[in-house]
Amino acid sequence: MTTSNAAILTTAGGGTTDAGHPSKPQRRRLTGKALAARIVLYAVLIAIAAVYIYPFLIQVATSFKTDPDAASNAASLLPQTWTIAAYEKLFVNSDFPLWFKNSVIVTVFVTIGRVFFDSLAGYALARLHFRGRSVVFAALIAVMSVPMVVLLIPKFLVINTLGIYDSYTGMILPLLVDAAGVFIMKNFFESIPVSVEEQARIDGAGTFRVFWSVVLPMATPALITIVILSFQGSWNELSHFIISTQSPQLTTLTKGVASLASGQLSAGTQYPLKLAAAAIMTIPVAVMFFIFQRRIMNTSEGAVKE
Amino acid sequence: MTATTSPRPAGLKPEDRGPQRRAGTGGIRRGEAASGWLFTAPVLIILGVFLVIPVIMALWVSFSDWGGRGSPFSSDVHFVGLKNYSTILNGGGLAESDFGTALKNNVWYVIFVVPLQTALSLVLALLVNRALLRGRGFFRTAYYFPSVTSSVAITVLWLFLFSTTGTVNQVLAWMGIKGPNWFNEPSGLIQDGLSAVGVQNGPAFLTQNSFLGVSFWDWLGGPSVAMFAFIVMAIFTTSGTFMLLFVAALQNLSPDIDEAAMMDGASAWKRFWRVTLPQLRPTLFTVLTLGLIGCWQVFDQIYTGTQGNPAKTTLTPAYLSYQSAFQNQAWGQGAAIAFILFVIIVAFTLLQRWILRDKKVSRRRQRAYSVETAARAKGVAR
Repeated sequence: MTTSNAAILTTAGGGTTDAGHPSKPQRRRLTGKALAARIVLYAVLIAIAAVYIYPFLIQVATSFKTDPDAASNAASLLPQTWTIAAYEKLFVNSDFPLWFKNSVIVTVFVTIGRVFFDSLAGYALARLHFRGRSVVFAALIAVMSVPMVVLLIPKFLVINTLGIYDSYTGMILPLLVDAAGVFIMKNFFESIPVSVEEQARIDGAGTFRVFWSVVLPMATPALITIVILSFQGSWNELSHFIISTQSPQLTTLTKGVASLASGQLSAGTQYPLKLAAAAIMTIPVAVMFFIFQRRIMNTSEGAVKE
Repeated sequence: MTATTSPRPAGLKPEDRGPQRRAGTGGIRRGEAASGWLFTAPVLIILGVFLVIPVIMALWVSFSDWGGRGSPFSSDVHFVGLKNYSTILNGGGLAESDFGTALKNNVWYVIFVVPLQTALSLVLALLVNRALLRGRGFFRTAYYFPSVTSSVAITVLWLFLFSTTGTVNQVLAWMGIKGPNWFNEPSGLIQDGLSAVGVQNGPAFLTQNSFLGVSFWDWLGGPSVAMFAFIVMAIFTTSGTFMLLFVAALQNLSPDIDEAAMMDGASAWKRFWRVTLPQLRPTLFTVLTLGLIGCWQVFDQIYTGTQGNPAKTTLTPAYLSYQSAFQNQAWGQGAAIAFILFVIIVAFTLLQRWILRDKKVSRRRQRAYSVETAARAKGVAR
C-alpha cells in the first residue's frame, strides 16, 4: 500500500493537478499533508469498493457451499467443502435450462427489433421531412414519461384481447420498440453531416437504401448503446413476463428465479441453489458490461491523462 | 424505391431542422413523406397498441365492475363511476387501509432512499473524479456494477445477506450486535427507537385519528426493518448510475471558477458548497427526479422478495395494484390504484419540469446581469 501511494505521489508532484496555479515551493511544503490525504482517499475508496463487491463475491462463494455451511458461515468467502451440487441440481433437475433458453430467445429478438426499429424511426425523425413529424416526436416524448408499473394491468388487458397471452409473440412484441431508443438514435443521426447521404441520393439511391447502406454503418456507436440498453433491459425484465405468460414452458430466468426465491422465504434453506441461479443470470449482463465498459463509462475518459 | 422522376415542388417547410435549406433539391425530397411514415410506423403501431390503447382500456376498467372474465367491453360489464376510487380512498374497509399502508410504506421508502442515494452518488462521483487517481476505472466499475444486474438477482442475494443467519448478521455479531430477522421484522424504525427509550404507545390524538385507514401513529412509525433492508438495496443498486451522471456533469464544469476561488483562498469545503454544487444544480434536480420516479415504481423487489410481508409493511402501491387485479380479481380497484400512482408520478415529473424551467430563466438573466443576480440570488433563494 505505502509503496503504491508513494508512487502516486511522485506522479502527483510532476503532474498537472490543479493546472499549476499554486506556486512550486508551496506544493513541496504540502507534500507531507498531501500524502496523508492521498492515503485517506485511497482507504475510503477501497473500503467503499469492498462494500460494493463483497456481496457479489459472497454470492459466488455461497453457490459452492453446502446448505449447512451457507447457514453457519454466511460471511466467509471460502466454502468449507467445495460442492457443485447447487449447479448440478439447477441444470439437471430443474427447469433452469428452459428458463435460460426463454430469456435468450426473448433478449435476442427484442435486441434485434429495437436496434432496427429504433434506428429506422430515429432516422425518419432526424432527417426525413414529413407532415406530422413534430407531432410524432412530441408523442414519443409523452410516451417516455409513462411509468412502466402503471401499465401492468393495461398491458395484460390488450395482450389478452389480442389473443397473444401466453405466447412468445406476447412476450416479445410489446418490448420490440422503445421510445428512449428512438430518442437516442434521433439525436445521433442529427449529429452526422448530411452531405454524405445527399451524395448517395443524387446517385439515385432510395431512402431506405441511403439509410441502410450509408447512414446506419456510420451510427455504430449509437447502435452499440441501443444494444447494451435493450440487452440489459430485456434480460432483466420481470413484470412484463409476469403479466404476459403463465405457462411453465414460457418462464424466463427472471420469473423462474423469482419463483425460486419466493417459494420459501422463511425456510431459509437452499440458499446455495438460489444464489447459484442468481449468479448465472448475472453472467451474461456482466460479460456485456465488461465488453462495453469503456462505452458505458465513457464520460470523456480521454480528457484526462492517465 | 425509385427516387428519379418528377421533382416535387419544394413546398417543404423552410424552418425544418438542419442546415439543409436549399431550393433546387426537390428531386431528393421525393417520397419522403411516405418513407417518413413508413419508417416510424412500427414504433408508432407497437407503442400505440401496447401503451396508448392499454391506458385507455385500463381507464375504462377503473370505472367499471369488470371481474377479469371475458372482455371488459362486453355488455355485462357496467360503468360504476368513481366507486373503485372511493373504495380505495374512503371505503373504510380493507381496500382503503391496504392502500393507506402501501402509500405509507412507499413514502418512507422515498424519504430514506432519495436523499441518501443522491448524497452517496455525489460523494462517489467527487471521489472518483480526481484527476490523478490510480485505478479510477476500477473504482467506477466497482461502484457501477450493482446497477447493471437484475433486480431479481439482487433481491435473491439480499434475502440471503439479510437472513437471520445471513452475512449482515454475522458481521454485526463480530461487533457484538445481535441483528434482527430483517425480512420478517415488521416493526417500524421510529417506533423501535421510541420504545427503546420507553415510549410504547403513542398519544391518543395520534392513535385515535387516522388517514386512509392507517392511524397517524402508524404513519409516523417509519419504515419497517424489512423495508429498511429494501432501502439499503435501492441505495446500493442505484448509486452507481447516478454517480455516472454526476461524473459526467463534473467533467463538463470549467475548472476556471474553481481555480479562481482557490486563488482567493477558499477552502476545499467552501469551494464545494459555493462553487461546485451550485453548478451541479441541473444534474442534482435530474437525479432527484429520476430517484423520486423510480422510488414510486418498486415492484420487482417486492414480488421476488416479500410479497408485501411481513404484516404488509413492504407493500407498495405498485405491488398492491398487481395483487388486487391478478390475485384478488378486483380489477377495477387495481386499475384505480395504478392511475392514482400515475398521477403521483406525473406530479413529480411536472414538478421537475417546472423547477428546471425556472432555472433556465435565471440562467439567462444571470448572463445578462451576472453581478446583479449574484447579489440578488442571496436574497431570493427560496
